[in-house]
Amino acid sequence: MTTQTREPAIRVQAITKSYKDLHVLRGVDLDVAAGSIFALLGSNGAGKTTLVRILSTLLKANTGTATVHGFDVSSAPGDVRKSISLTGQFAAVDEVLTGRENLVLVAKLRHLKNPGAIADDMLARFSLADAGNRRAATYSGGMRRRLDIAMSLVGNPPVVFLDEPTSGLDPQARIEVWQTVKQLAKDGTTILLTTQYLDEAEQLADRIAILHKGTIIQNGTLAELKQLLPSAKVEYVEKQPTLEDVFLALVGDTSDTADEAAMSAGEESR
Amino acid sequence: MTAHVLSDTGTLTGRSLRHILRSPDTIITTAVTPVALMLLFVYVLGGAINTGSDESYINYMLPGILLITIASGIAYTAYRLFLDMQGGIFERFQSMPIPRPSVLWAHVLTSLVANLASIVIVTGVALIMGFRTGASVADWLAVVGILILFTLALTWIAVIAGLSAKTIDGASAFSYPLIFLPFISSAFVPTDSMPGPVAWFAENQPVTSIVNALRALFAQQPVGNDMWIALAWCVGMLVAAYAAATAIYRKKVS
Repeated sequence: MTTQTREPAIRVQAITKSYKDLHVLRGVDLDVAAGSIFALLGSNGAGKTTLVRILSTLLKANTGTATVHGFDVSSAPGDVRKSISLTGQFAAVDEVLTGRENLVLVAKLRHLKNPGAIADDMLARFSLADAGNRRAATYSGGMRRRLDIAMSLVGNPPVVFLDEPTSGLDPQARIEVWQTVKQLAKDGTTILLTTQYLDEAEQLADRIAILHKGTIIQNGTLAELKQLLPSAKVEYVEKQPTLEDVFLALVGDTSDTADEAAMSAGEESR
Repeated sequence: MTAHVLSDTGTLTGRSLRHILRSPDTIITTAVTPVALMLLFVYVLGGAINTGSDESYINYMLPGILLITIASGIAYTAYRLFLDMQGGIFERFQSMPIPRPSVLWAHVLTSLVANLASIVIVTGVALIMGFRTGASVADWLAVVGILILFTLALTWIAVIAGLSAKTIDGASAFSYPLIFLPFISSAFVPTDSMPGPVAWFAENQPVTSIVNALRALFAQQPVGNDMWIALAWCVGMLVAAYAAATAIYRKKVS
């Protein structure tokens, strides 16, 4: 998936950020190859969100440089904003508007032609067509997250930041998000995602970096990271299904939009 | 990017106007308090108030009521702005290629439209209650112009409150003093009936000159100096609040 010939889609060099005595980032370096999925792994407070906010021009770094899609985040923030989209930890949807109106709004703000058609296309792609004319406030958590991601993808930005895209989602919704992310990368989008779920990084990422106390302490492919520990030992253990296996088997593996729609329709009528 | 300032401001204004259309109660509640005050003053207290003019009491007090309407209406602007910033939508806008001022101007223009709607309702009720004016079209334009300036000035103060509030209550509480300002002015009783220091305050605060100017326009009397003092207050407040709000905004969005 990685392309060596192109310059990295995201390049971070010696970025620091402090709030008074609190040193959130203490010199972060990383490159993300164009068209790859890069996972930034770290516990709460490791500085993941701060780094994403710097890369998406919401925050200025104290020192260091960062380029996104070839543009410097501090000297050309406007060009960076044209090349990226950000999906933050909290679904950034307008709850008063319907799902469709939210998508039309973003399409208009990106100055695309036929915002209505783009919105309908996105609703279909994210299994929200039936809910498109309902207010986002009536959506379930999974639907809201799907709408959020759909809004981020309007206009096909080449670089996408996903800050903990699956936190607070149920297992099915999580798998749906994973499928979306994989499909995006397949289509050539560069994705930087942060997560505190190790299996998420394992499932999705071409490269994984571990951010700990404001610096990158490891950066490599999953195989490379696994080699850091002594080689695998062979143990025989009884394979018990995990609770997730049981849960998914019981409720059905894939998207459950009808159920969600019914659930939130119930909420609406209350 | 600057080429899109107008179209993006328009798109975002459309968004927040839609918010108002979906909760028209914000316009109704803005109009309810001034209408209640109007009923109270005209039918309960007004009979005992000597304004020293031949005008009917409703004609005397409507300008002050209109200012109270605006002062209570702008609280919703602070409220909406605060909600936007709390939710992720504000950060989404900031990370998109939208000219930064568009996000604030959209709220300001929405405030203008909402307040004008409330003013139309309050004026309508006043007409039913017997408010009459022989004001010409030019007089009306002057009245509307002053009200627009006043709304813009107070709205930018509301933007400051919305940007810097820590809680949702804080975002709207700032408007209470603004609502009470007209009571210590010439809006309901002549200032010369007040004790010295209070009368001095009333004479030298913005509401009195604005009320006097509006009253003169409605009564087709010469507006005199009050017009210029009123305009100076409105423009002065507008410039100061705008400068402060944009400075806070710039600090906030870095």
